[in-house]
Amino acid sequence: MDFTRRETLALGAGAALLSFLPFRANAAAVDDLIAEFTGGAEMADAGVELNAPEIAENGNTVPIEVSAPGASAILLLAAGNPTPPVAKFGFGPLAGSQTASTRIRLAGTQEVIAIAQLGDGTFARTSKTVKVTIGGCGG
Amino acid sequence: MATGVKPRVKVPGSASAGEVITIKTLISHQMESGQRKDSDGNKIPRSIINRFTCEFNGQSVLDMTLEPAISTNPYVEFQATVPETGEFKFTWYDDDGDVYEDSKPITVG
Repeated sequence: MDFTRRETLALGAGAALLSFLPFRANAAAVDDLIAEFTGGAEMADAGVELNAPEIAENGNTVPIEVSAPGASAILLLAAGNPTPPVAKFGFGPLAGSQTASTRIRLAGTQEVIAIAQLGDGTFARTSKTVKVTIGGCGG
Repeated sequence: MATGVKPRVKVPGSASAGEVITIKTLISHQMESGQRKDSDGNKIPRSIINRFTCEFNGQSVLDMTLEPAISTNPYVEFQATVPETGEFKFTWYDDDGDVYEDSKPITVG
């Protein structure tokens, strides 16, 4: 089978588009989730901290810690998972500090995002890329 | 559905008034994500704990929503202020409607 230059280019472009599509769909889902949480408000860069390992050998259990002094809620998202939401922490009046740690599943190397609703009603966002050697979502 | 679910909680036995203590909780649960397939290629239905709360004498400390991306045997570590002698109450809500509870007393002295 012979391809003209034009056909080859078209095929290549199509393949590139296809490989981008799932990622784009996921990115839209992440944006939707963020908008739902913040109501479309601006997000500051400072005010929330996310502690995650740079390299996680096993994606099935990645230790992670979020902290945002004075926050009322923290939303945790994994942009590259089949379902991006990970957890939402709501801190009550007796929370000793707005810090929580847990273990999460990551399907592959990706960005983990934490968004905090701070005490004054504003939002802060931070993210960290975690390299995963073995994916954690089966399938 | 979920079998062998056993909550474990670590809370110090005593504290001084207003002290901030660290609480560690672990509950054995398979946290089936709904993404995996069995050997015949059928999807294994999702079965997770979707909410965890911690209260002290009726006042909220932590209210957490869990999604399928939380690991098997969900582990949560957080901090609480202890204003007086009382009891921490921990509640886990399963997808299948089960509710698992545990409580730990703490003395201020």
